Amino acid sequence: MAQVVVVTSGKGGVGKTTSTAALGAALARAGERVVVVDFDVGLRNLDLVMGAERRVVFDLIHVVQGTARLSQALIRDKRIDTLFLLAASQTRDKDSLTDDGVERVIRELRPSFDWVICDSPAGIERGASLAMRHADLAVVVANPEVSSVRDSDRIIGLLDSTTDKAKRGEPMEKYLLLTRYDQNRAERGEMLCIEDVLEILCIPLLGIIPESKDVLHASNMGLPVTLNEPTSATARAYNDAARRLQGEQVPLVVPTDKVTLFSKLLGRRAA
Amino acid sequence: MSTARPSFKFRGGSFHALVVRPESPIEAWLADVDVLLARSPGFFAGKSVVIDVAGLSLTKPTFLGLLDELSRRDIRILGVEGANPADADGRVPSLVRGQADRPDPVGAPAAQTPAPAPVSSLLIDAPVRSGQAIVHPDGDVTIVGSVSSGAEIIAAGSIHVYGTLRGRVLAGAYGNQRARIFCRRLDAELIAIDGHYIVADEVEPHLRKAPIQAWLEGDELKIITMN
Repeated sequence: MAQVVVVTSGKGGVGKTTSTAALGAALARAGERVVVVDFDVGLRNLDLVMGAERRVVFDLIHVVQGTARLSQALIRDKRIDTLFLLAASQTRDKDSLTDDGVERVIRELRPSFDWVICDSPAGIERGASLAMRHADLAVVVANPEVSSVRDSDRIIGLLDSTTDKAKRGEPMEKYLLLTRYDQNRAERGEMLCIEDVLEILCIPLLGIIPESKDVLHASNMGLPVTLNEPTSATARAYNDAARRLQGEQVPLVVPTDKVTLFSKLLGRRAA
Repeated sequence: MSTARPSFKFRGGSFHALVVRPESPIEAWLADVDVLLARSPGFFAGKSVVIDVAGLSLTKPTFLGLLDELSRRDIRILGVEGANPADADGRVPSLVRGQADRPDPVGAPAAQTPAPAPVSSLLIDAPVRSGQAIVHPDGDVTIVGSVSSGAEIIAAGSIHVYGTLRGRVLAGAYGNQRARIFCRRLDAELIAIDGHYIVADEVEPHLRKAPIQAWLEGDELKIITMN
């Protein structure tokens, strides 16, 4: 029976889709059966990041509205055969998602997978609230800057009040994934430090993903970052986060790419 | 088939009116009014006036006579407070009740006053997140945790925050000047007691990020650190 995870943030552009793909791929590579579901109807991106955009025939909306079966809409990843994608529709909008339809899709996905990872759209409206409604666990993605942290705080409030789990009176499990973190800039006071973010959000940390060019490279290649360059700092950070999701105790460090003293000096001067 | 309908707009609003309280004997009081008007003829000009006759126990003819005398002096009467409804006829402006603490005038039907609700305090054992509002019209609110930027606490009584206060808190919000605000660390967007408020920009720098208490002294919101 699957754990249903929602990857959410409130604010856009903080790395929800990148994180969904990276965590999904990392879990799948560890042998878990994973489906990543794009809830960003009308602005779908997960298919691009997963490199499956040219294989989408049926999508979430077709399944929600009953015009396609789930098995027809699930797209198997070409590299890892336990990783699946349920794409969003680009031609529809979030109003096409019905409460009953989404509930049925999640219910049908649960028995066949170990992880159902829902990529939430930005915002707090219908799409976002449906993406989080059936979740057992939430990964809250935030950048170390005030507007992202405040939006995440708002989302945590909604996770604690509007999800099915919250309505049953059960505590909602929530973890923070801090993305685009730049140790140097945090030390210079140009972005919030980890302690500040944790003090405001008061939820356990799942991982710290360093700011890196690898992310853009990977998206352009249509590859989750954990598959594109598995030894990069970003990939290692996501892999660690995935292992923590599986319940493993992994010490929390900010992974860095090894740099020579010379390139570090050059980097400083250029900055 | 459609007919054009006028559109009505309703809204509630509070307005300021000058409340004039005549004293007995009425003749002597009217003479004082004349003295006032002689000194500043425009005193009542353009003002909405409410006549408060509670405690005067006027007879109907005296009451109507008073209204006549006032209108002869061009004092425009918006309403009458504390009058016996039996005295009200077509000429009398509407009867109003402004001061809630005053008993109903004799003969008026007793208003349904609900028994005062027992004062209760509300304890929140979790952080208050951005976008959440805690409204407690019955007493104090205690938060064991932080109040985030974009969150709001509104309480009839005092507000205690055992964490960082980053949002907005309004204590004594239903009219209680004795309400106070306490927090472990002040970083609030706005704090208010009984409608007197200050915003983050007005907080003195040495109070920021400090444990504080705030209270009202007259019309002034005072904040001190509790170190």
